[in-house]
Amino acid sequence: MSVLLDVQELQTRFRVRKGHVYAVNGVSFQLEEGETLAVVGESGCGKSVTMLSLVRLLPPAASIENGQVLLRGEDLLQIDQRQLRDVRGGQIGMIFQDPMTSLNPFINIGTQMAEPLIYHRGMSKKDALDRSAELLEMVGIPDGKARLREYPHQFSGGMRQRVMIAMSMSCEPAVLIADEPTTALDVTIQAQIVELVKELRDRSGVAVIWITHDLSVVAGIADRVIVMYAGYIVEEAPVDALFEDPRHPYTVGLMGALPSLGGETGTRLTTIGGSPPDLVDLPDFCPFHPRCPYAIDRCRTENPMLEPVAEASDRGHNAACWVDIRDVKVQTETDTAIAGG
Amino acid sequence: MSQTKSSNGAPLLRVENLTKHFSVRIGAYGETKATVHALDEVSFDVQRGETLGLVGESGCGKSTAGLTLLQLHQPTSGKVFFDDTEVTGLSDKEMRPLRRRMQIIFQDPYSTLSPRMTIGNAIGEPLWLHELATGQEAQERIAKLLDDVGLNPAFAFRYPHEFSGGQRQRVCIARALACEPEFIVCDEPISALDVSIQAQIINLLQDLQEEYNLTYLFIAHDLAVVRHISDRVAVMYLGRVVEMAPKEKLFDNPLHPYTNALLLSVPVPNPRQERQREHTVIQGNVPSAISPPSGCRFHPRCPLAFEPCDHEVPEWREVESGHWVACHAV
Repeated sequence: MSVLLDVQELQTRFRVRKGHVYAVNGVSFQLEEGETLAVVGESGCGKSVTMLSLVRLLPPAASIENGQVLLRGEDLLQIDQRQLRDVRGGQIGMIFQDPMTSLNPFINIGTQMAEPLIYHRGMSKKDALDRSAELLEMVGIPDGKARLREYPHQFSGGMRQRVMIAMSMSCEPAVLIADEPTTALDVTIQAQIVELVKELRDRSGVAVIWITHDLSVVAGIADRVIVMYAGYIVEEAPVDALFEDPRHPYTVGLMGALPSLGGETGTRLTTIGGSPPDLVDLPDFCPFHPRCPYAIDRCRTENPMLEPVAEASDRGHNAACWVDIRDVKVQTETDTAIAGG
Repeated sequence: MSQTKSSNGAPLLRVENLTKHFSVRIGAYGETKATVHALDEVSFDVQRGETLGLVGESGCGKSTAGLTLLQLHQPTSGKVFFDDTEVTGLSDKEMRPLRRRMQIIFQDPYSTLSPRMTIGNAIGEPLWLHELATGQEAQERIAKLLDDVGLNPAFAFRYPHEFSGGQRQRVCIARALACEPEFIVCDEPISALDVSIQAQIINLLQDLQEEYNLTYLFIAHDLAVVRHISDRVAVMYLGRVVEMAPKEKLFDNPLHPYTNALLLSVPVPNPRQERQREHTVIQGNVPSAISPPSGCRFHPRCPLAFEPCDHEVPEWREVESGHWVACHAV
């Protein structure tokens, strides 16, 4: 496998009235050809901003301060707007959380689907519409040709997300970025969409970046997982290693907080006390230490780097933590006390 | 834990054939009248001290059920009994003393708190309205309530915008507790919160239930959460309850094909198991509640559908002790 996308030291911040919000703080990761990488974290952890920074789809208040985004060796942060247009939708496809706001309500589905094919592939309108009809059938919308004339409001939420997936895959991109594509959907529809993306991925070999806050979805789709907190990657591991041998206290906390259909009932959930930090300063300490049951003195004065974990069960398992949590037993029953602070 | 809760004696809440239809106008100019069948002939009861989970996909009528049984919607037909008193048909004035005993917590803690009211006043309002406490006594009660939900009593003079989502939901819980209710409808109380905060709120609700012997109707779409918190679970589909059972029975031995499909749709947070398990995905979408399918409402999507399903409504029956289901194929 070769590296398709190589992100180095990416830093993105937002200008606000009182200074800056440091949303992404030196994030580095690689995506291999055909790989599915899941990015997990709570709201405000910088997972979406990181991925939007890759294609520079950021609001005016945001600026990328530093870093490289190499797609097959070409730095996407250096190219001009024209070249960037060829990358967006051409080499990198995107699906967003809310399919209603990503489709134009005034334009029929066919015209919207044909647009990228005409722009990126130089197809005629007729060919583009024929191809769009095929794509609709490919994503499980029967009678594609007739439905091209319909408008977004005539599709249900799950169907709209299928249309978005068909559009994002239409130019056979190398990378598909899916930003919480199932969060707005019901669980049965979510299962349909996950199966669809897996099927398309296996057939086309596209590499997928799947952004989500839901660890259980990750288990079924990802090869590798990145866990983000406060704009940093705190843990990175192959999916089996992450679930069986999590090494960052935040990952451990997230897993404990998750009730599962197979788990014990009648027990209390372990919780992570407190709430995520404001990102108005760049911390010179571990950003997770105020909520961390394992915190030691060093966590309050030095921010740990992402480093390979000791005795990893799998290659490429990194965590940013001063403590080897396997050595420590802690009590995690202080949730209500911390929540008040 | 669940076995110790009493299931003998009269239920605290009993719902009989509760139905709620909404009239709407459809078409580009609103020229056509139509009826949304939000809730159709729903019956269940809730025992004192237990948690009944109510699950289903969006639009299945689970929130309408919660609002209608509290008389926040006028039911179209059917009856609701609270502690053996019929509450359907009571006037607002007659309803008021009962409202003190039945409270609700909503999904979105951002829109349910007035931004212009300190949280102390928000929590105190039910005390003053129901004339439960005034002056110094009320202030002490407010401080106690804040402490109960894990907030600093000194926060009483702050405004909602100073709090995070999880803290606001704690305020909403304190407000629901203020008039010492026996029964609380929790309408998706954690769906708007982050995962790590969800667990805090679930634990808090369970602690409070134990301390004050509360009875919950817990409405949610997340099956894993419902399994964690409930004693019994009812599954809704398109305005009807299709299955109801103690949670062990429902999750280990689901009888209704929809319950089964729902359970199979839930991702398992274990990569090795996920790779091995079969992924039978339920096809199609939930039909419109304006013209629900005839007979069993699930029949167009049902893998087991056979002759009577498309014209005969399946009977709501108890197939074994405590396990209710509405399906021709069972």
